Amino acid sequence: MKLDRRLITNFDWLMLGLVLTLSIVGIATIFSATRPIGEAPHPTFYLRQSVWMGISLVGLISVVSMDYRWFHRFSYPFFALGVFMLGVILVAGHKGMGAQRWLAIGPVSFQPSEITKISFIMALSRHLAETSKLLNMRDVARIFLVFLAVPLGLLLAQPDLGTGLMFVFIFTAMLLVAGVKRQVLIALVLTVALAVPFLGSVFWSGLKQYQKNRIVAFVKPEMDPSGIGYQIAQSKITVGSGGFLGKGYTKGTQGVLRFLPEKHTDFVFSIFAEEWGFIGSVIFIGFFLLILMRGLETAVKAKDRYGYFLSVGIVFLLAFYFTVNIGMTLGLAPVVGVPLPFMSYGGTALVTNYLAIAILINVKMRRFELFY
Amino acid sequence: MQQRTDRRTTHITRASRILVVILCVFTVFLLRLWQLQVVEGEKFSRLAKNNRIRTEKVPAPRGIIYDRNGIPLVKNVPAFDISVIPDEFPVEKGTLLAYVLSMSSEELKGKLEAGRRYPHKPVKVKINASMEDVAKVEARRLELPGVRVDVEVSRRYLHGSTAAHILGYLGRLRSSQAGKKEYKHVPADAYVGQWGLEAKYDKYLRGIPGDRIFEVNALGQKIREVGVRPPEKGADLYLTIDLAVQKAAENGFGGKAGAAVAIDPHSGEVLALVSRPSFDPNLFATGISSKKWNELLNDPQKPLYNRALQSQYPPGSTFKIVVALGALEEEVVTPEEYVTCIGRIHLGRRAFRCWKRGGHGKVNLRKALVESCDVYFYDMALRLGIDSIAKYAKSLGLGSVPGLGLVRESSGIIPTKQWKLKKMNEQWYPGETLNASIGQGFVSTSPFQMAQMIATLTNGGKVFKPSLVKDSTVEVLWETELDDDLIAIIKDALQGVVEDDHGTARSVQSSLATIAGKTGTAQVSSLESWRAIKEDDKGLLEDHAWFVAFSPVDHPDIAISVIVEHGGHGGSAAGPIAKAMVEAYRNKEAGTFSETR
Repeated sequence: MKLDRRLITNFDWLMLGLVLTLSIVGIATIFSATRPIGEAPHPTFYLRQSVWMGISLVGLISVVSMDYRWFHRFSYPFFALGVFMLGVILVAGHKGMGAQRWLAIGPVSFQPSEITKISFIMALSRHLAETSKLLNMRDVARIFLVFLAVPLGLLLAQPDLGTGLMFVFIFTAMLLVAGVKRQVLIALVLTVALAVPFLGSVFWSGLKQYQKNRIVAFVKPEMDPSGIGYQIAQSKITVGSGGFLGKGYTKGTQGVLRFLPEKHTDFVFSIFAEEWGFIGSVIFIGFFLLILMRGLETAVKAKDRYGYFLSVGIVFLLAFYFTVNIGMTLGLAPVVGVPLPFMSYGGTALVTNYLAIAILINVKMRRFELFY
Repeated sequence: MQQRTDRRTTHITRASRILVVILCVFTVFLLRLWQLQVVEGEKFSRLAKNNRIRTEKVPAPRGIIYDRNGIPLVKNVPAFDISVIPDEFPVEKGTLLAYVLSMSSEELKGKLEAGRRYPHKPVKVKINASMEDVAKVEARRLELPGVRVDVEVSRRYLHGSTAAHILGYLGRLRSSQAGKKEYKHVPADAYVGQWGLEAKYDKYLRGIPGDRIFEVNALGQKIREVGVRPPEKGADLYLTIDLAVQKAAENGFGGKAGAAVAIDPHSGEVLALVSRPSFDPNLFATGISSKKWNELLNDPQKPLYNRALQSQYPPGSTFKIVVALGALEEEVVTPEEYVTCIGRIHLGRRAFRCWKRGGHGKVNLRKALVESCDVYFYDMALRLGIDSIAKYAKSLGLGSVPGLGLVRESSGIIPTKQWKLKKMNEQWYPGETLNASIGQGFVSTSPFQMAQMIATLTNGGKVFKPSLVKDSTVEVLWETELDDDLIAIIKDALQGVVEDDHGTARSVQSSLATIAGKTGTAQVSSLESWRAIKEDDKGLLEDHAWFVAFSPVDHPDIAISVIVEHGGHGGSAAGPIAKAMVEAYRNKEAGTFSETR
């Protein structure tokens, strides 16, 4: 493997810096959110997350050191493996929070769907990169059947609503970016407009009780503030009580006193906003915006269509998680169990997000190679 | 190459479109953050505070009630309620909680079901739980989330049924009271005075509950105490009642019904106020069962009734004191003048009998009182007339409400000609005057009034406003000018009742103090009804026994009236009770005396 000086110069240090900062802030927030009451020992979530961050960094470096063109070759087998793993957990996975998402290998449990996301983006990117015309209905149907139908079916069977939605979102967004014929656009709009009310009831009856609760709670949180709307109400209180300047690091009360559930995972941003206030939240959002913009820049500057689609797909992935999670913590979206990239406690997700960033850095770093 | 550049342009256009969408989303988030944290920040701060700050009420200790010598009559005890917050209580723990509280699962379920509409409001599942229940719940605190123990202040009445009619009892704030102004700051479920002095002085005894402010976590577990506002204890109440005298009287009744009253003739302070049978106010303090309550209500002996104030009886021969006073004051007789008693007196075609068939022979005022000669007083009655008798009776406090403010008091009846005309639209017959002179016929008085009568006689005519609670104000309601010499004559005669060989109350003599008094027997029935009634129930037709007394004779400081229902003769049934009261009063004084020495 050649380590060209230009690779070092073109390395996106800003991107790495932003991601590292967010991860460290995330660990600090996890530390604060899981503070024990009284003399009890401090839960080790923050330590474990630090270890995961180390693992993620190793992963990042190894992904960066390979030319992403290699991924191009392995896109399809890699995707097939991801889908296979989704199938495995349906049979062998164990349950957490009412859904079957985890696979234990030795002492380590991980969520295969996290890895599958990246392989999905890779496979789709390869396919779209090889198609140069505007997609018509038949193309869309074919791509849907080949790439989305199986993993989506497996995800809904778990059920993992959040990841399923994300697959649909990335699929749609990437196809739009690739370019579709007008008929497809019209069909898409019509499908959405017509299917929503009809699918609504089918969808509704297919949901698990906790999923229904989340949606009811989102639409009418005041119906029962300590019942199903509790999380939303408490998250808003947590964020809002931070005020302009915040309560100060480790001065938050909502998480420690257990009013806010999932405080170090899905609602980690609420704790951050409580302690750092409006100022901190704006800076945080600014960091995230920078990451996404940098991702888009990478896409535009990519030397080939594969790199372009890969980058756009990853921007969609991060943007989707960010939007759904922040929307949820701010009471703008229903509670879908979706973590906040780089901040939420969770090893598999952290590794996946670092790998995604590694791909962006990789694409950007190797954008000039063609001109040798 | 051209194609490449075209593609590049498309890529850039599409990327900028994506950027626009992303920027829109971020703008929405920024605005939302501004709204939550800056615009509504204060509201959410308050909500966060409300989340974790919980205020607990600390009940105020109630003022203690003491007797006149500082002996406590009541004690505060905690009353525990166990409640469940349905929202925080896992349904599957129902069996465990029911087991811990030793109640059936169905009973518990029913109680919780009733509270389902307001799942955040605690539902009382066990009121007045025992210490054992509380200990069991506390021991399983972690297994029973959402289960609380609330403490209220209740009472223990240290002397059981003693003075129950005076003290009254506590009960939970009733729903009918909850909205009222006088209970404005009283928390729901608190104990308040529901009867007697506990009710009358409730506001004074109650105190102000305090608060303890805790930081709690989402499970309601207390993390630390943030602040305390200590409760203010209610004011203590010192009664005029002398516990020893009260108890002596109560014990004297045995199982009999009746009433006894002792008054300090120089202040109107009530030393004892007894009504028998009584009840145990402790039954109420821990929440009386409806069965027990109905038993009390329907008891034919009416234990809840305060006979001393609410009942009226014919005063019998004790009323002769009033007639004697009237006769002397109006100078219709001199102390020396003799009247001959042949066992009866004829008025028109009717004969009015003396209780002594053979007659008392020559009788002056002293002998008439000592031996309770009816004929002498028939004669005096004829000389005085009913209206004049009524005038003296009323001046001594009879016929009007004493005004203790404890219960609805009976005013008794002191008949006059006008009274009869108004009441029955009939004219007064002279024979009725004769009946009245020996305390029969229309005349009726409450035991309290009789004590007031004898107190007023001994203090020279002052009727005090009676009081049960020690406060320095002594109020004279009215004063009648009575001739001291005449009063001395009557007092002497009344001493004779106890001390003379032929006195009707010789059993009352005490080695501790001189006692003067007058017996009385209030007829319950006529001879005809005596014959008509079954043998078993004859006790109910036996006469009521009266005794009024004061002591010591020279400078009386205690005036007493006692009535024993169906007790028979005044001297033997009621007299000993009066004696016991005097001795209890003296004994303690002797005790105090030797102590100071």
